[in-house]
Amino acid sequence: MAHQAITPAGSAHDEHEHHETPVVFGFWIYLMTDCVLFGTLFAVFAVMRNQFAGGPTGKELFDLQGVGLETLILLLSSITFGFGALSAQAKKHGLFIFWLAVTFLLGLSFVGMEIREFSHMVAEGNGPDRSAFLSAFFTLVSTHGLHVTCGLIWIAVVALQSFGSQAWTPRFMSKLTCLSLFWHFLDIVWICVFTFVYLMSVI
Amino acid sequence: MKSKILPKLGRFALGLPALLLSGCTLDLLEPRGPIGVANRNVILLELGVMLLIVIPVIIATLIYARKYRASNTSAEYLPTWSHSTKIEVFVWGAPAIIVLALGAISAWSSFAFDPYRPLKVSDASGAPVKPVNVQVVSLDWKWLFIYPDLGIATINQLAVPVNTPIDFRLTSDAVMTSFFIPRLGSQIYAMAGMQTQLHLLASEPGDYRGEAAQYTGRGFSDMKFRTLAMTKSDFDAWVDKVKQSSDTLDSASYPKVAAPQEAAPVEYFAHVQPGLFDAVVAKYNNGTVIDKSTGKVIHMQSAMSDMQMKE
Amino acid sequence: MLGKLTLSAIPFDVPILVGTFVGVAVVGVAVLGLITYFGKWGYLWREWLTTVDHKRLGVMYIVLALVMLFRGFADALMMRTQLAIAYNGNPGYLPPHHYDQIFSAHGTIMIFFMAMAFMTGLFNVVVPLQIGARDVAFPFLNSVSFWLTTISAVLINVSLFVGEFAQVGWLAYPPISEMQFSPGVGIDYYIWAVQLSGVGTLLTGVNFFTTILKMRAPGMGLMQMPIFTWTAFCASILILAAFPVLTVTLGCLSLDRYLGMHFFTNDGGGNVMLYLNMIWAWGHPEVYILILPAFGVFSEVVPTFSRKPLFGYATMVWATIAITFLSFIVWVHHFFTMGAGPSVNAFFGIMTMIIAVPTGVKIFNWLFTMYKGRIEFNSMMYWVLGFMVTFSIGGMTGVMLAMPAADWVLHNSLFVIAHFHNVIIGGVYFGYVTGLNYWWPKIMGYKMNETWGKRAFFFWFIGFYFAFVPLYIAGFEGMTRRLNHYDNPDWHLQMQIAEIGVLLIACGVVCQLTQIYVSIRDGKLPANRDFTGDIWNGRTLEWSIPSPPPAYNFAVIPTINGLDTFHNEKEQGLGGTDKPLEDIHMPKNTSAGVFIGVFAFLIGFGAIWYIWWLAALGLLGVMATIILRSANLDIDYYVPASEVQRDLDEHSRKLMAQAAE
Repeated sequence: MAHQAITPAGSAHDEHEHHETPVVFGFWIYLMTDCVLFGTLFAVFAVMRNQFAGGPTGKELFDLQGVGLETLILLLSSITFGFGALSAQAKKHGLFIFWLAVTFLLGLSFVGMEIREFSHMVAEGNGPDRSAFLSAFFTLVSTHGLHVTCGLIWIAVVALQSFGSQAWTPRFMSKLTCLSLFWHFLDIVWICVFTFVYLMSVI
Repeated sequence: MKSKILPKLGRFALGLPALLLSGCTLDLLEPRGPIGVANRNVILLELGVMLLIVIPVIIATLIYARKYRASNTSAEYLPTWSHSTKIEVFVWGAPAIIVLALGAISAWSSFAFDPYRPLKVSDASGAPVKPVNVQVVSLDWKWLFIYPDLGIATINQLAVPVNTPIDFRLTSDAVMTSFFIPRLGSQIYAMAGMQTQLHLLASEPGDYRGEAAQYTGRGFSDMKFRTLAMTKSDFDAWVDKVKQSSDTLDSASYPKVAAPQEAAPVEYFAHVQPGLFDAVVAKYNNGTVIDKSTGKVIHMQSAMSDMQMKE
Repeated sequence: MLGKLTLSAIPFDVPILVGTFVGVAVVGVAVLGLITYFGKWGYLWREWLTTVDHKRLGVMYIVLALVMLFRGFADALMMRTQLAIAYNGNPGYLPPHHYDQIFSAHGTIMIFFMAMAFMTGLFNVVVPLQIGARDVAFPFLNSVSFWLTTISAVLINVSLFVGEFAQVGWLAYPPISEMQFSPGVGIDYYIWAVQLSGVGTLLTGVNFFTTILKMRAPGMGLMQMPIFTWTAFCASILILAAFPVLTVTLGCLSLDRYLGMHFFTNDGGGNVMLYLNMIWAWGHPEVYILILPAFGVFSEVVPTFSRKPLFGYATMVWATIAITFLSFIVWVHHFFTMGAGPSVNAFFGIMTMIIAVPTGVKIFNWLFTMYKGRIEFNSMMYWVLGFMVTFSIGGMTGVMLAMPAADWVLHNSLFVIAHFHNVIIGGVYFGYVTGLNYWWPKIMGYKMNETWGKRAFFFWFIGFYFAFVPLYIAGFEGMTRRLNHYDNPDWHLQMQIAEIGVLLIACGVVCQLTQIYVSIRDGKLPANRDFTGDIWNGRTLEWSIPSPPPAYNFAVIPTINGLDTFHNEKEQGLGGTDKPLEDIHMPKNTSAGVFIGVFAFLIGFGAIWYIWWLAALGLLGVMATIILRSANLDIDYYVPASEVQRDLDEHSRKLMAQAAE
């Protein structure tokens, strides 16, 4: 260990700037745990799907048209986010902000529609405390909704940071990759929610 | 000095269990019914099978540790030896064989002594003995026993005729708990809105401790009952005694009986309203109850509707 | 304004608690006073509280674990004493209200804040060093995990003096944990403490999974990883798969309690059986999360002190993987008495027994590692032998419980209590203590005191048998767990003997504290000091660097060409490297972890007492801290190669000075 040459400091720096951080991989692993979390909630919903306790069933409650619209909006937001990520790759700031803003508005309207649906149900006395079925329904769907809300905050933060000196650095780009993984992941979860919660209850 | 103390300690260690056990009743090893006997035999059987491997392992550990101590330079030393296919086969094979044997016992005994499986007993003439039905409701912090065929009920006292199958159906009107009479064998959970089943038999008259085996809160330690196993004639006399009680149990008096109470005394009810047990189950199931023997869904009548849930 | 919190929440009327509070306050003030007197606040803040160095976080985790051990053990002592006297009409000195909190706290603290913290501490100290990494993958996240665990531990201890703790056992089975039966704040303390520390643990799992997969030294394939790292890896997988289930389970319970939902209530279609399935779908993997790293410790210690490679490395790895997989399909054995059908019971019974095969294989492998070795008998090998004997017995009683027909009478009895203490003390705790003794010199630069270590072992080992053999017997006598008083003379005898056992274990705990004190006091003695960095003549990479290691761990990242590369090179007189020194990229310390912890505490405390503005403040605080951290550009620095060279020269100088002595 005693015979070591010392290299000039500069060359090492360059190498480290491009050092692959395991951030995206780690975030992917986190998403897998989120998958387990949603999986458990789906299992709870499956157990509770017929526990109406004299209350209304999914068929009586769900408005497939509204939910279909929500689904469309969320799917669309995934596409617009994809455009945003592409503009970031091309370092086109104006375009990037535009697509992120569109994504944000779509996400916001999704959350808004969900809140409207929920408040409507609660107002009619069919809140989460009505039956085990509704407890499971509200918990599963609003857990997804909370995730979307977190995603919205994150989009806002990333958009703001793109104006600062952090923009387009490797750190910024890997943050954006994580956000995009997160956003697409929420889409996939929503498709499961739409299929297993709404469609299967109505059929 | 160490070498003098160790053998003494060893003798003491061997003697200790004997000392601990002298004069004690090991309820699970001295059962008073066929289910308890089965439980005990399974325990002893698997203990014996496992000791076949556990004792040699412990002895080998101690012997190797002593033999290959650093100060014993005469022992063989293989500083790079780390693999032997023969030994590997043995270390996977030996536990696997033991587990295979235990797995077979496990599968067989799970079916043979399933708590849901009715017991079949014949009397002296070879005719099957008619089982006694007991419906058990666990309450905060006491046990309600309903004898639907006899129309009587008790709190914290269970009487059963010997050599007669007892068919228990259990539910809870409070928290979850477990119904357990150690000397008769297997226990089963009692849960609100659910019906579980248990089949036991007492083969000798006696006074056996019954307990709540799952923690139920403040009054848990005193949530126990006596199981009086008695001859047929004694049992009939006991039933008559219960029937002389001035108390009755119906949907009007039930809420008072079911109210939380610590260290509840024994109570007898000369008459019990039919369907009370079903009503207790039904009130957590939106007024319905499934008849376990036929699988039919029964809607409880509004007669029980005043038996409101206590909040 | 203060939600449910009023002055009456403070238990002035319970002398034990008031006494404890006075004791904690006096010690606390004394410690804070000493820090102030010596002017160490700045040092403490800069070097420890805000650190992202995995070694320092590891040390803090272990300190936390030892403090919690003390708390949890005090609970155990109180329970055993209550049961030794509360016989035949004597109510004892702990009324149910108090006693029930103690047994709930004992389990919760020992599992979540003693064992889990100890384990995470060992991961932190050892894993990066064993794989030749300069830190974990996410050093900042590591600090967040630590603070979440710590504030949860604080939260659970606050329940001693403000309000009450849960009175429902350490898994809070409903419906008794529902609002209908437990309207107090105790369960809420339980939920929030476990939930927040669970988030910390989940992040730890993500962190170590990524670290082990992505940051190994060049040349180190998966099958060249040291066994401890393997077990840390498998435990991380278990954490990733199991802890989200715990989050959902407790989440549903809190929704029942806070919003009147009906997941596990008696009415409204709730289902208690669902809770039992879910909590054990987490709970059973959890016990393997704890025991696997202990197995890892033994797999490092036994070869080192037998002066032989581990027997059957590949077998050990596959056994670990098998346990990891099987631990997910055995959970029903915790409730064979629920009334499931015989096929379900038989299936889960057999699965549980199958786990005994890889576990048995491990015992055999340690046995054959000792075989034809040159075993050095220090206190660590004492713990190892104590473990092998005790754990064999614990494993056996575990398989007994796996048999449904046996479990129907043993379930919920003291036999079960004896069994899991048998494996958790005899396996997990003995393992972690062995690990503490083994890696202490790596972190501190000097070894632990042997005499006190051996004394601690003998008290723990003998005390264990006195404390738990009577419980096995009491189980056969039909004594159920969680009783507060009883009137059976047979049980009384066992409870009295168990009291002797717990007192012996208390001596063991005192010996351990003394051992730590004496070790630190004598740390400067030449006999205890170690400059080589390889005090045990070890086999794995952590012994190739100085003790204590520099912040960047490895001056040059080593290249691996097989199992035990470090040991083999040492034997052949090789070692060292011709690779040039480079500037080393390191993360900067940050206070964000502390702030996230403090704000998370406010969320928990606010939610427990329905002080919603406080909870909202905490939530905003957490979010703001994360966003600010995300915007911070000043998060790393470079250690110049010249400074690394200076450290190396300093180290060689010390080595030569020691050689000259």
